[in-house]
Amino acid sequence: MNAARRIVIAGLGTMLLRPAGAAPETLRVAIEKFAAGAAPQTGRVTLEIAPLVDNGNVVPVTIRVASPMTAEDHVRAIALFNEHNPNTEMAIFHLGPRSGRATVSTRVRLATSQQIVALAKMSDGSVWQHRVDVIVTLAACIES
Amino acid sequence: MRFVPFVLVAVSLAAVADTRRSGFDDMSPATQAMQRDDEQNPALLWLKDGEQRFAADCARCHAPASMRGVAVRYPAFDNVLARPVTLAERINLCRTRQMKAAPLAPESAPLLALEMVVANASRGLPIAPPDDARLGPFRERGRELFFRRQGQLDFSCAQCHDQHPGGRLAGSPIPQGHPTGYPIYRLEWQDVGSLQRRLRNCMSGVRALPFDYGAPEFVALELYLMQRAAGMALETPAVRP
Amino acid sequence: MTRAIVFAPKSARRGDVIEIRATIQHPMETGYRWDGKGGLVGRDIVSRLECRYEGELVFAVDLWQAIAANPMVSFFTIATTSGTLELKWTGDHGFAHTETAALTVE
Repeated sequence: MNAARRIVIAGLGTMLLRPAGAAPETLRVAIEKFAAGAAPQTGRVTLEIAPLVDNGNVVPVTIRVASPMTAEDHVRAIALFNEHNPNTEMAIFHLGPRSGRATVSTRVRLATSQQIVALAKMSDGSVWQHRVDVIVTLAACIES
Repeated sequence: MRFVPFVLVAVSLAAVADTRRSGFDDMSPATQAMQRDDEQNPALLWLKDGEQRFAADCARCHAPASMRGVAVRYPAFDNVLARPVTLAERINLCRTRQMKAAPLAPESAPLLALEMVVANASRGLPIAPPDDARLGPFRERGRELFFRRQGQLDFSCAQCHDQHPGGRLAGSPIPQGHPTGYPIYRLEWQDVGSLQRRLRNCMSGVRALPFDYGAPEFVALELYLMQRAAGMALETPAVRP
Repeated sequence: MTRAIVFAPKSARRGDVIEIRATIQHPMETGYRWDGKGGLVGRDIVSRLECRYEGELVFAVDLWQAIAANPMVSFFTIATTSGTLELKWTGDHGFAHTETAALTVE
């Protein structure tokens, strides 16, 4: 990748970050690695997660991507990243034309209130994203 | 004295409206879906285990269908011990008395799995504490414990769960605290646990030294809590935050 | 004994998009918890789930510590032929567990 293209992509990446409390370096690096050169665009991806979770230990998540899922046009992978957990990566789902529908669900752990990012990599190399801010509180009555 | 009839009428009218809520109603839609949908409920892993254990051990004497209606009337009085016993204790008493087998450790996965399969057989049934006069003194002890202040924070159960349900404690919603789905899958534990495990967490929450598993205080509290929840539907296996 | 449950339809019409939900009992130990004796409880997680449909890989997911204990994964696949769905979980310390589900496709 030549220097000019890298600068453009870095610039686009900066534009997509929230102005206050920008995502940390590791999240940016993880997104870049997954996107493999493509600039993530907002859209086509819907990250369903409660804005205020009942308990940060088990948070249901569903990611839906608008795609015909044909051999010519499908989702290859869906990544779920976070801002403030000790590990940025949470899951990477590998799909293909046999999937039929680009919808996946799982349950994640959130260490604290933070932004969660879902990215979808398409068969044409384009990458789409959806970012959601989630509030996590600590449970009051727990094991001693 | 002429005000007494008015007061009696007002009290009886108030008693008609049931304002009790299960902890289920205080959860977010996503967590409610986790409980409602068997395909999403993690407790099913323990339930499947319980079904296998029941078939291997208990089915010699008990048809699985005969477990319907059992869990909703526990704790119940045991004649030999001359005191109330919880469902978990009853399962162990069956093992030691009838099967001549070793009891299962309190809060162990096998015991929870069996408790879950028995309680699940009563899913949807109203909690029905037995009308047994011998339970009276123990239930009263439980009521005293419910209203007793304890711990460094000097709170009683009643202060949070009778006086402030619907409020929040450090960001978490305060439920009314009805045992409508035990054993539960608690998100905080990422594990299945009994009502006593949850009560131990409550006691830690007010910085009190929790009673041991199986303590008479816990049996008394369970008796009172089930009476307090009488008529509410059992949801086992419930999911709770 | 590891326990896992797979929810998938027993039958489908050819071309139907079916949902598969798989849950496995596993602590998903993050490696960040303290053991109460001055050390950390070592990482022990399920790190991958693969679904093979009559031997062909139709779905996979890489999992990290942020996945909650007793991980549940839901995904879709197209019902093509009658056959066996095989779900295989692998993870730390040589962890491996397989569950199968039979699917009849008309």
